[in-house]
Amino acid sequence: MYGTRTSLWSKARNSCRVPGRCAIMRLHFTQKGVQKIVKTAKYAFVRSLPVMAGYLVLGLGFGVLLQSKGYGLGWALAMSLLIYAGSMQYVGVDLLAGGASLIAAALMTLTVNARHLFYGISMVERYRNAGPAKPYMIFALTDETYSLVCSGEVPDGVDRNRYFFLVSLFNQAYWVAGSAAGALVGGLLPFDSTGIDFSMTALFLVVMTEQWRASRDHTPALVGLGVSLVCLLVFGADGFLIPAMVGITLVLTLLRGTLQPREKEEDAHAGH
Amino acid sequence: MPAIDLHAAALVAVIAAVTILLRFAPFVVFGGGRPTPRYILYLARVLPCAIMAMLVVYCLRGADPLGPTHALPELLAGTAVVLLQLWRKNTLLSIAAGTALYMVLVQMVFA
Repeated sequence: MYGTRTSLWSKARNSCRVPGRCAIMRLHFTQKGVQKIVKTAKYAFVRSLPVMAGYLVLGLGFGVLLQSKGYGLGWALAMSLLIYAGSMQYVGVDLLAGGASLIAAALMTLTVNARHLFYGISMVERYRNAGPAKPYMIFALTDETYSLVCSGEVPDGVDRNRYFFLVSLFNQAYWVAGSAAGALVGGLLPFDSTGIDFSMTALFLVVMTEQWRASRDHTPALVGLGVSLVCLLVFGADGFLIPAMVGITLVLTLLRGTLQPREKEEDAHAGH
Repeated sequence: MPAIDLHAAALVAVIAAVTILLRFAPFVVFGGGRPTPRYILYLARVLPCAIMAMLVVYCLRGADPLGPTHALPELLAGTAVVLLQLWRKNTLLSIAAGTALYMVLVQMVFA
């Protein structure tokens, strides 16, 4: 038994030239590694529970809506597996039902999903050595997954990269399951679901509240809120998102000199 | 009917492709061997809080203070979510209770 394990281990080590891969393989062959995987999976699952609730419900809503426009299970699965972007998939139902042009669909996607550029920018460092699953983790970086991984902190004994990967995977599983269920049950829901989409607003409000509590300097949050409200008043509900993103970036860039020194203090504090 | 289905499939493909492009672009541009520019690191630090505030505004963009409900369902349910979260720090509870309250308000109180 021991011999088999050793030979497997040395085989894995010899066949491996990439350091990151070696670390992942080594985990499989040690008891401590198995414990770490179990602990990481449990932690990822618990952390993903709020998203499970939100995604099952929002996915269900999406599936029901799509089915009501004549696109069944196959379409719900294809969209939730390949697009995997909540609000865009809701918009996508309209595009499909209205037979929109491909150009219009591309522009609409650019507008609604441009915020993902910002998520990516803030995750470049954290995902730098994320291992073989990195492409999937980038693909699966939704609003809610981002809200879970953006803190970047994990407890002792939890494999950070594996946690990021599993949270991404669990979340998409909930989303796919919810939309499939919605497409299947269609209009058979036993209750009036009007207003259920508020769960997305509630989720963002909770994340914002938690960020507010965790940060000493509330300037970024206030800039986000203020610029967005001004843009909403100026450009209206349908066109405010892009100006708001540009405006937020500009204002935060102008504030760089005043915000950065305070950050360093926070760093020193956190490091202590 | 098959023609419509092909167009729908093309629409799904375009939406998926643009979304993937947006998600990968930052990692392709800044993910090379070189260290990330300090400016980008700064943005990465301050943007998450600003974006989350923007997404809240995005979600509530349809609420009209001058409309028939005066945006009261959104205001009441949103306040409930924040207060519950500050009080109990239970994400699931805050979302479930806030959403239930909102549904009751739009279906029964302000219907």
